[in-house]
Amino acid sequence: MVNVKSNMEIENKYSKEFLVKLYEEMVRIRTFETKAGECFNKGMLAGNIHLCIGQEATAVGANYALEKTDFITSTHRGHGHCIGKGAKTDKTMAELFGKATGYCGGKGGSMHIVDVNLGILGANGIVGAGIPIATGSGLASKIKGTDEVTLCFFGDSGANTGAFHESINMAATWKLPVIYLIENNGLGVSVDIKSVTNTPNLSVRAVAYDIPGKTVDGNNVLAVYEAVKEAVDYARAGNGPSIIECETFRHEGHYCGDPSSYRPKEYIEEAYQKDAIKRFKEYLLENDVTEAEMVEIDEAMKKEIEEAYEFAVNSPYPDLSELTTDVYSQDNERSVVR
Amino acid sequence: MSKKVSVSAAIREGMHEEMVRDENVIMVGEDLGKMGSPFALTLGFLDEFGPERVVETPISELGFTGMAVGAAMRGIRPVVELMYNDFISVSLDPVMNQAAKLRYMTGGQMTIPMVIRAPMGAGRRNAGQHSQCLEALFAHIPGLKVVCPSTAEDAKGLIKASIRDNDPVIFLEHKLLYAKKEQIPEGEYIIPLGEADVKREGKDVTIITWSRQVYFALDAAKELEKSGIDAEVLDLRTLVPLDWEAIKKSVLKTHNVVIVEEGVKRGGFGGEISAQIMEELFDELDSPVERVAGLNIVSPFSPPLEDANFPQVDDIVGAVKKVLNKSVSLV
Ligand SMILES: Cc1ncc(C[n+]2csc(CCOP(=O)(O)OP(=O)(O)O)c2C)c(N)n1
Ligand SMILES: [Mg+2]
Repeated sequence: MVNVKSNMEIENKYSKEFLVKLYEEMVRIRTFETKAGECFNKGMLAGNIHLCIGQEATAVGANYALEKTDFITSTHRGHGHCIGKGAKTDKTMAELFGKATGYCGGKGGSMHIVDVNLGILGANGIVGAGIPIATGSGLASKIKGTDEVTLCFFGDSGANTGAFHESINMAATWKLPVIYLIENNGLGVSVDIKSVTNTPNLSVRAVAYDIPGKTVDGNNVLAVYEAVKEAVDYARAGNGPSIIECETFRHEGHYCGDPSSYRPKEYIEEAYQKDAIKRFKEYLLENDVTEAEMVEIDEAMKKEIEEAYEFAVNSPYPDLSELTTDVYSQDNERSVVR
Repeated sequence: MSKKVSVSAAIREGMHEEMVRDENVIMVGEDLGKMGSPFALTLGFLDEFGPERVVETPISELGFTGMAVGAAMRGIRPVVELMYNDFISVSLDPVMNQAAKLRYMTGGQMTIPMVIRAPMGAGRRNAGQHSQCLEALFAHIPGLKVVCPSTAEDAKGLIKASIRDNDPVIFLEHKLLYAKKEQIPEGEYIIPLGEADVKREGKDVTIITWSRQVYFALDAAKELEKSGIDAEVLDLRTLVPLDWEAIKKSVLKTHNVVIVEEGVKRGGFGGEISAQIMEELFDELDSPVERVAGLNIVSPFSPPLEDANFPQVDDIVGAVKKVLNKSVSLV
């Protein structure tokens, strides 16, 4: 097992176009999340809305290592994962508003963004639930004889569910093409992961399954990209699963409305200091991208998100007749009544 | 003497008194420490009782619920918090196959004195995996007691009784009741499990319900007054053990019954009560028992859909009128 901590000093072997794309995607996600948070604070959104501000580099770096035909599973903190995989910001925003034009017709909301056509097998309200599902997707690739891989996002605390061990044991044994990506933001709601886990890192668990495991700087989009790319190639070649732990930070409360006074000051300071977008901006400036080019992207993203917001606000709520649709694929009508 | 507190503060106070009274009582669950639980139910407990009695866990529901069963076998009295009752999905084995069955299967050798507390219910835009009312699931499993309080006073008295009970108790708190402020008596008191409470006396119809729907039923009763209908509202408070005598007494008085529950209608606990009334009190009924419940669907996220799913006051008023229209005593 290799345990590498990358930093921002990654050799630039990438095209300007690719680097700019990564930047744009991270800004898209942050702008989306910032808008969602504002809407919640104004009382326009309700429910459990978990923002991924601070974690954009994992969502983007990991997704960009995938092909369009690959799959992901996501979590309660899933907007970024889904947008990174190609989900449209307008339909995602509309889902947050519970509108008929949202990805799930308003029936799922923030914790359940899904676009099956994009290979998104679901955000999830149950911590850890995506881990066996991703494993099952890996099994399906194997049975079908295709080379699609499945990237499984979950948090540090999701790694402490029983599903983690059971799933990775099976995936390792049967060499399933799955990448288990732990977004370690150090917290499960208010609980410091170190207070409920006996090892300083979580990727060491890979040893127990005899699979590759790595810890990387999750706020360095290129480090995430490279680690995930390596694991994707490894899985696609039929070698089986890997664990990648991305160390990152949660800038906001656990969900909108959480004052998160339990977080030590040092955590917040470090989070801002190591902010992924800020650092990538510095990197880009040293690699032939100008300030003006980045400002242009920032403005374009603001415009896109404003339009997404307008789309969501102006969309209708689902018709009440939708209440009883889609519970079953067959015999729905009588089964929802009796 | 009484004082005004929220339902969550009342439960907290009840647990606090039991923690002080009996050092075997411990709290187990996520975010119980610094945060004092998401709904502030264990606020201050860590400082006062220390980490050995306020066990803040990883997100390992299967592990920590099973651990509580094992500790209970050894004489500890764990109060386990599930952050939402929906998460019983990942920790059902220790509850259903262990805690519930062990007394019976060991020929009475084992006692499992534990409480599982969990918020339940819809109305907070939490979508399908965070909005269920699962009392019927628990009530279906012999060996478990099931408590669903509605008021602050009941919640405090019942949590204390649950902690002192020697069987596994599932204690379901409605999320939308936590902030409700109500009068409770000063000082210590206990409300025994298995005693229903008439929340409003009436003579024309009995509305049987529990948890948050008690308030909807009381509002419906007020509304029905305008039509000259005098409804009795019976709050079961505990589903297992069931206060059959209280049900019987009310039915013998009103001869008409509407059962109201928030959860899914099919397989809901209302069906069980209805069947028992049909079996034992058929001759007393002037009309068929009517149920008002959630649809047989997944709790939807979208606000207008969610509100149309669980019973509202109008639904209860309508059901009562329907029952009384059929009532032979009025024909
Ligand atoms: C089985 C289960 N237990 C508890 C919860 C409540 N809950 C939602 S998110 C969360 C913390 C998750 O922490 P982590 O996996 O690290 O993800 P993060 O929120 O940090 O992104 C908890 C306890 C849940 N949704 N599902
Ligand atoms: Mg975390």
